[in-house]
Amino acid sequence: MEILLQEYLPILIFIGIAFGLALVIVIASLIAGPSRPDPEKTSAYECGFEAFDDARTRFDVRFYLVSILFIIFDLEVAFLFPWAVSLGKIGVFGFWSMMVFLGVLTIGFIYEWKKGALEWE
Amino acid sequence: MIIASLAFYLFSIIGVIAALNVIFQRNPVHCVLWLILTFFNAAGLFVLLGAEFVAMILVVVYVGAVAVLFLFVVMMLDINVTIMREGFMKYLPMGALIGIILLVELAFVFGGWTMSPAAEGLRLAPAPDMADVNNTQALGNILYTNYVYLFQASGLVLLVAMVGAIVLTLRRRPGVRKQKISEQVARRAEDTLSVVQVEVGKGLQ
Repeated sequence: MEILLQEYLPILIFIGIAFGLALVIVIASLIAGPSRPDPEKTSAYECGFEAFDDARTRFDVRFYLVSILFIIFDLEVAFLFPWAVSLGKIGVFGFWSMMVFLGVLTIGFIYEWKKGALEWE
Repeated sequence: MIIASLAFYLFSIIGVIAALNVIFQRNPVHCVLWLILTFFNAAGLFVLLGAEFVAMILVVVYVGAVAVLFLFVVMMLDINVTIMREGFMKYLPMGALIGIILLVELAFVFGGWTMSPAAEGLRLAPAPDMADVNNTQALGNILYTNYVYLFQASGLVLLVAMVGAIVLTLRRRPGVRKQKISEQVARRAEDTLSVVQVEVGKGLQ
């Protein structure tokens, strides 16, 4: 347990450095940078125009479909990691267990391919 | 070991603050961003517990994918915060009542919870010593063999999710001119072209 945590210590130090550096950069630019705002400078604009409307409009539902399909295959890959690590130990049964799992998901993959869910019109 | 306990307090304090911000922020997009910070802190706590694999999966799957999905949903809902707050006082008594009932129920459950002394020995797969086998391997050793039915069931759940998402959200838009390669390749000259011998002095009619 202690050895495990020692291996993670550099990551913790790195997070600390990254956080401290980000803080230093923000504070330094706040202190050292000149700031003379006027109404024209601070007004919102897009490419020189006034902003047309709110950015928070409805999205096409197709973005949602793409991301949910991504999550499903992401989870499938997450199952592959422990399987690959301990493949030597779980033997033939473990191997075919994963093959059946992948086969089930391949059925879904063929379905979505044939349905055209992967295409972007 | 002092660093480990310091890290624990750091992760848990930031985690609790972030979790509170998830419910108290007014802008739903900010809520999702705080939720991502909560996931990161939970991942840190998992690492401190020795559950490396779960921690990394939390970062990869939850932060990378689920949080993006939440952002999509939040943006698609097109929530107007001022309209949502309109009936707040009207629904407050009922909501508070339900919340208190739930809290009392939870208090009863956890108050009456006693761990059986034999439970420790009855566990099917006690966590192996981390010096012998690392966390990911310990999961892999039992997940695909001892728990094969649950594993296959999770595959079926993913399949259902996939098919369900396609059935619910896939819309064919008519009038889109898409490339259909098989049809284009299958097109033959004799189907579409015809050579006409036109006599001299007459038109094609």
